[in-house]
Formats: sequence, C-alpha cells, structure tokens
Amino acid sequence: MKRKDNAFFRWFFGETDTMLGRVEMRPQQEYTETASDIREVMQDSLTQDQTGDEEDFVLIRVFHRLYRVAAVFFCVALIAVLLINVSWLPKNGGADNPVNNEVSARYIESGLQETGAVNIVTGMILDYRAFDTFGESNVLFIATVTVLILLRLDKEKKAPAKKGMPVYQRPKDELTIAQAQSRDRIYEPKNNVILQVVAGFLVPILFIFGIYVILNGHLSPGGGFSGGAIIGAGLILYLNAFGFEKTERFFTEKTYKWVSFFSLTFYCLAKSYSFFTGANHLESGIPLGTPGAILSSGLILPLNICVGLVVACTMYAFYALFRKGGF
Amino acid sequence: MDIFTYILMGFLVVCAISVTFSKKLLNSILIFMSYSLVMSVIWMLLESPDLAITEAAVGAGVTSVLFFVTLKKINAMMGEDGNDEKKG
Amino acid sequence: MLGPNLFANYGEAVAIILFGIGFSNLLLQKNLIKKIIGLNIMDTAVYLYLAEKGYIDGRVAPIVTNGVQEVGAYINPVPSGLVLTGIVVSVSVTALMLSLTIRLYRRYHTLDLDEISTRLKKEGL
Repeated sequence: MKRKDNAFFRWFFGETDTMLGRVEMRPQQEYTETASDIREVMQDSLTQDQTGDEEDFVLIRVFHRLYRVAAVFFCVALIAVLLINVSWLPKNGGADNPVNNEVSARYIESGLQETGAVNIVTGMILDYRAFDTFGESNVLFIATVTVLILLRLDKEKKAPAKKGMPVYQRPKDELTIAQAQSRDRIYEPKNNVILQVVAGFLVPILFIFGIYVILNGHLSPGGGFSGGAIIGAGLILYLNAFGFEKTERFFTEKTYKWVSFFSLTFYCLAKSYSFFTGANHLESGIPLGTPGAILSSGLILPLNICVGLVVACTMYAFYALFRKGGF
Repeated sequence: MDIFTYILMGFLVVCAISVTFSKKLLNSILIFMSYSLVMSVIWMLLESPDLAITEAAVGAGVTSVLFFVTLKKINAMMGEDGNDEKKG
Repeated sequence: MLGPNLFANYGEAVAIILFGIGFSNLLLQKNLIKKIIGLNIMDTAVYLYLAEKGYIDGRVAPIVTNGVQEVGAYINPVPSGLVLTGIVVSVSVTALMLSLTIRLYRRYHTLDLDEISTRLKKEGL
C-alpha cells in the first residue's frame, strides 16, 4: 500500500508522534560515568552471575504463561457470572425496585424540613451522614501526609553513604529541594507568554466559579468536594504559569498545616455539638433559616466551606509534592 | 436520548480497551482523561449533577494532571540514566 | 441461564464489562502506571453501577424545586451521596499509588513490576 506523505498519515501510521516528540524538550547532556554508577553496574553483573539457573528460567516462563491464561480465564468467568446476575436484576429505572425503599423516601420527604438544604444530596452527606464526610476529609489529609513522607526532599544534603551501608539505604538518589527545583525548570518552558496570558484570564474565573460552587452547595449541584477541586485546579494552573516563587507568597507548608487543622477541628467540634444536642433532644440554637436563601440550612454552609478548603489545599499539595518534593 | 446513551457507553468500553492496548503511556493517560470526561456526561444523563461536576473537576482534571506529572518525573529520571529508548 | 433483563439493564452490563476490563488490566499489565489506570477504571465502573441503581425513569435530580416533596418526583439520592464520597477518596488513593511508583522508579529505574520483584529477590529482601 502506498502511503501518502502528509502529517496526518505519518501520525496515523505511528512514524512520528505529534505529542511525545515535543513534550520533553531538554538540552543534550554529556554522559559522565560516576563512581556510584560503576559500582551499581558491577553489583548487577555480580548478582546476575550468582543467580539464574536454566531450570529456574523454564519454570518462570511456564508460570508466566499459566498466570496469563488463568488471569484471562478468571476475568472472562467473572464478567460472565456478573452479567448473568445483572440479567436477573429487576428492570433498570423502575420506581418499585427494592433499592428505592423507605430510606430514600424519608430523605426526600423530610430532608428539607430537617436540614434546610434544597439539594437533598448535600443535606444527606453533610447533615445526616456528616461523620462519614468528616472521615473522608481525614482520609484526604492522611493521604497528603503519606505522600509527603514518600516524596519529601530535604532542604540540605544528607550525609554521604557509609561503607557498610546496604544498597537500599544509600542516599544516592535523594536530591535537595533547590536541586530538584532547578532540574524541574530545565524540562519546562520558562515564562511561557501564552500560558501566562491565558492563566491570567482563567485563574480568577476558576476561583470565582469554585467559590460559587462551594457557597451554593446547599442550593444547587456541587458542594465542598467539587468546588474545592475546582479551586485546586485553579491553583495548579497558576503554579504552572507563574512558577513556585509566586505561589509560595501565599501558600506554603505552614498555610497548608493551619488551614487543614482549623477546618478539620471546626468540622469535628461543630458536628459533635450538633449531634450531641440532637441525640439528647436539646435545643441546639442553630437557625435553619428559610430554604433557598444563601444563609440557610444551619451548619451545612460552614461545613461546606471547611470541606472545600481541605480539598483545595489537598489537591494543590499533591501537585506541589509531585513536582518539587515540598511546598 | 437512548441512542446518545448507547453511543457514550460504547465509547466508554472502547476507551477502556484501548487503554490496555496503547503502546505509549502518554496516549493511555490521554485516553483515560477522555474516559473520565465521557463518564461525567453519563452522570449528567443519569440525573446526578453533583457527581458530574465532581467527576469533571476531579477525575478528568486533577487525576490526569497527577498522572502527567508522574510521567514527566519518570521521563526526566529516565533521561538522566541515559537509556531513552526504554520509553513506555 | 440468562435472565430476561440483560438488554434493559445495559447500563449495569456496561459497568460490569468495564469492571472486568479494569481487573484484567490490573492482572495482566506489567507497567505500574497502566495498573493504576486499570484500578481507576474499576473504581468508575463501581460508581457507574451504583448510579445506575439509583436512577428512576422520568424523574429529576434530587434538588427540591417549587416546594414539591413527593417521593415520586425525584430519583434516589442515596447512591449519589455514596459515589460522591467515593470519587474523592479514589483521587487520594491514586495520588498515593503514583507517589509509590515514583519512589520505586527512583530506586529501581524501571516501571516493570516483574523486573522490580526479581531485583528485590536478588537483593535478598
């Protein structure tokens, strides 16, 4: 078959990749062999000599083939069994399916009076099942802490490797933050004008939209999670366009720490108070307001703001930790 | 409206299969991004706008960005090793 | 064997198929990032299944409009709440797994899980 020579066909037949060729632009580096490289190569060849019988390889290959066959068989069997299950389920979309029982009826019928939230889903996750959402915010916080443990880089260089240290304890791969930052900027177009102008337009709009989604969480679709993710995306765009020097003026590790701490503590205390008074039939003194007004539905609005702050900070922290190993 | 849903569901399955078979990691991440976006449209059709907003912001936005950053880090480290031919 | 409602429940069927594809990705791929994408596909498949279960024909999203508060007017809000929490948790799980991947790559300079495990064995861990 005769191929036509134009960009689309070249892309279609996989001769050039329009994306990959240009994403990682970096200057050519001279290859210099360091002492640790040589040591590692020698160690590799040594261990290769020590291991590796012919018999082992055959066994491993047989195991791999068996594993693949068994995995495909298992997946097909799983899909078949579950599809048979699905075919016996009641018809999708029927009003009298057993899923639509008295629980959802209760939420719909008296949700507005009890929580004051027009959006029943928000009323459910931030009032009836508020401790569930609290646990989830804590999951986000714990995930950030774990990523921080895994990816954090030190401010200064560590002590060099000692003699008897095992391979996995040598601090060979650890960079300092400054090194990582300078290396990070090599692979990236610095001060890209197009990106900066577009970000200048988009970032305020993203922030305003995120704040709108958070504040209207009890009136319209949305809420803390989605609004927080939108604000986090805006922060990430800002960081990409203007670099770490600009964002570090208002968002550092300290900001993250205090924002998360205050949000989670306020959430915990407010909801504990509300649940305590509710369980003991006391007057909680939290006004529900008129449904539909922006200052209504009791604790849902502040809790939404707390969740939104935690989510936004978490998203930005993930990105900054991945990029630089600290923020 | 039914036909639209059929097309979107078919697109989901095609996307999920082509993630498995695409050779380059960047391509599979982009396919996964479009998968999330279509998923958010499906949630709009299933009358769950809360989920649609959250999925569009979180699934298609932040998750893909995290994947991209990981790929960039790995490619940068790969460049330092000097074995560029082992991409993907 | 097959019941009567396989084609009426096409949404659930698609969710099951996506779950299977994601699971086979998780089992068969050697590349760690593709494994993570497979796990994400499994996540969304489960969410799709839940959302399909909560859907009711001809009803609207559970946002009270014009003061109508009958059960017959809105879809089931419970699956929406469940899935909403699930989506955000899946992001943090993804971030955690990706950071583990970066650490593994920094140590072993490969994304292939088989190679990593053989090297682990060689080092006696």
